[in-house]
Amino acid sequence: MATTKHTLVAIVNDRPGVLNRVVSLFRRRGFNIDSIAVGHSEVPHLSRVTIIVNGTTATVEQVRKQLDKLIDVVKIFDITGDKLTGRELALVKVKANSATRSEIIEIADIFRANIVDVASDSLTIEITGDEDKIESMLKLLQGFGIREIARTGRVAMVRGNLGVMRKKEKPARTRAKKPVTKE
Amino acid sequence: MKKTGAQIVCESLIAEGVDVMFGFPGGVLLPFYDTLPQYPQIRHILVRHEQGAAHAADGYARATGKVGVCMATSGPGATNLVTGIANAYLDSVPMIALTGQVARPFIGKDAFQEIDISGITLPITKHSYVAMDTGSLAQIFKEAFYIARSGRPGPVLIDLPKDVMTDQAEFIRPDKVDLPGYKIPTHGHPTQLKSASKLINEAKQPLIIAGRGVIISGASAPLKEFAEKAQIPVITTLLGIGCFPEDHVLSYGMAGMHGTGYANKALENCDLLIAVGMRFDDRVTGNVDAFVPNAKIIHIDMDPAEIGKNVRVDVPIVGDVGAVLHAIEKMIESSRHIDWIQQLDEWRKQHPLLDIHDSAGLLPQHIIHELYEATRGDAIVVTGVGQHQMWTAQHYIFHEPNTFISSGGLGTMGFGLPAAMGAKVGRPDKMVWLIDGDGSLQMTIQELATLVQDNIAVKIAVMNNGFLGMVRQWQDLFYAKNYVATPLSCPDFVKVAEAYCIAGLKVTKREEIRPAIKKAMEHDGPFLLNFMVEPEENVYPMVPPGAANIEFMERPKKEVSAWQRRSTP
Repeated sequence: MATTKHTLVAIVNDRPGVLNRVVSLFRRRGFNIDSIAVGHSEVPHLSRVTIIVNGTTATVEQVRKQLDKLIDVVKIFDITGDKLTGRELALVKVKANSATRSEIIEIADIFRANIVDVASDSLTIEITGDEDKIESMLKLLQGFGIREIARTGRVAMVRGNLGVMRKKEKPARTRAKKPVTKE
Repeated sequence: MKKTGAQIVCESLIAEGVDVMFGFPGGVLLPFYDTLPQYPQIRHILVRHEQGAAHAADGYARATGKVGVCMATSGPGATNLVTGIANAYLDSVPMIALTGQVARPFIGKDAFQEIDISGITLPITKHSYVAMDTGSLAQIFKEAFYIARSGRPGPVLIDLPKDVMTDQAEFIRPDKVDLPGYKIPTHGHPTQLKSASKLINEAKQPLIIAGRGVIISGASAPLKEFAEKAQIPVITTLLGIGCFPEDHVLSYGMAGMHGTGYANKALENCDLLIAVGMRFDDRVTGNVDAFVPNAKIIHIDMDPAEIGKNVRVDVPIVGDVGAVLHAIEKMIESSRHIDWIQQLDEWRKQHPLLDIHDSAGLLPQHIIHELYEATRGDAIVVTGVGQHQMWTAQHYIFHEPNTFISSGGLGTMGFGLPAAMGAKVGRPDKMVWLIDGDGSLQMTIQELATLVQDNIAVKIAVMNNGFLGMVRQWQDLFYAKNYVATPLSCPDFVKVAEAYCIAGLKVTKREEIRPAIKKAMEHDGPFLLNFMVEPEENVYPMVPPGAANIEFMERPKKEVSAWQRRSTP
């Protein structure tokens, strides 16, 4: 069965050890997290975790349910099928000399990225966008020599009026498509 | 008035209705143990190994339906609890595990006997706390007990640093818990209830498989009413044993790897499976792709994560098993299913469970049957893990929930003796029999001393075959009788018992079984019976690992009285 990228959003208690509980569950069920981004939410004492994970719909659904059982996970949503705004931020340090500098700045401009630091033989670019956009820019910058990349992982929000906390949970799946074989 | 952390712990335990706990002291727990005598309402039972404390709390919880409490000191004490916590987690047993921790300034410094027990137990607890502030203790205990006993029960660990026990705070017991991330499903969704009753009304060959969820929910009565109204045969999982009276006309025993042939045939042929409070463990389903090939499945469970985890489900119903069964019973029509039930009875004749072959020696099946007769099925029976456990499940007939106590999910050898101890402490009015193997018993045999010191009258029947029997059986059937690391040299268990000041008797002949059991039952206090049983007796039927349930093996017909008796010490 085909695996796809899923976007899970978890609202969790802002307490020590909570992230450990969340991540540990992925490890235990044998999932690789593509990216995970954590920060404050609109509610005090609650954090928002955005997790990108690759898997079949049935297995990701199983992980979602297991995460939902954690006492510190207040709410969790698989928003993959929704209309999303997904953004990631990346900082890229590129080799640059007087000959290449203006070309690099031009590329950054095309991607509406910002130059946040200039040094004698490098430029640091800040870019925000979806993964494709960031990948495209990195591809173009490859030839100049990339010294360092720091990426945040995706944060995502469902489009429209309602916040994710007000969104209704999907009804229980009636039939898992294929039985999962257990050792 | 301010109280110390240790006092707050004790008062919280009492407020939660705790009257007994199983524990083992240590350096960082001294403030607690120093305080404990101020609260004589709490009976503390000193075990001989912390694993025993966890299993005893487990057995206590299963026998009483209350929360079991165990305690161990930091470091090795805490790690010794781990097996017992895992066991309770896999079998959904309500338990509070209290661990001592080094004082707060030492945490993270690799101090003497410091271990990150909340980290170690993260995947095997329902929830855990590290109490970093004396003022938070009352809230933590209130939440911990609530989480442990509600919904799908499970173990909750509270790590208690030494100086949190000695610091002082006001004790204000919170009157409610506020856990927005903790949801307990109650009633099933009306649409699903409707779909379920439609399937039940239409089914020609329906079958109920009931698990421990029925016992936890206290849903034996609604299950019986439901099964009787629709005349649906009932089979159980290992841990579901007792949730439906096994002498009931609709009861067809246990299903799965060592389930009855007729239960497994019923699974193969049913057109509707109503799975109640069970989680499709691989020991029940066999090869999951071949499981109930002709049936639609209604799955009723408290835990939404169990729905669709291992098998496809047609109608999922998340909610309290008792409430859901009650609701469905009201919605369905009475029916009879005469042909289907006749078919099951036919299979029962073709594949009788008690096909005990003729043997001069002692057969465990006989002994367990005699135990059933002698106790009239009214005892609480606790087992270890292995062949004796399966024979007990097959041959003792259980009428009531919470009377069969066994380690299912984790399959913990050594569970038996401490769990029986906990069960007897929780239900002193009941006769408690431990049916154990010589292998299992030796894993936690030191708790015999606890039986004596705290006067806990557990009756012990050891099925002594001089082997790690279940492993030997697999070697016999699937590894060409290559008996590696399974022959077991055992001590003379009667002498061992005697050394602990426990009376005992060795039984070698079939005619001695009944008088020996009688003697054990009449004896005041614990008693050990050492049954020298056939060394190479196998448990049948058996579904080979990885095979479909319908491919169960029965006892080979030629295998009659061809035993070569091994000499066991």
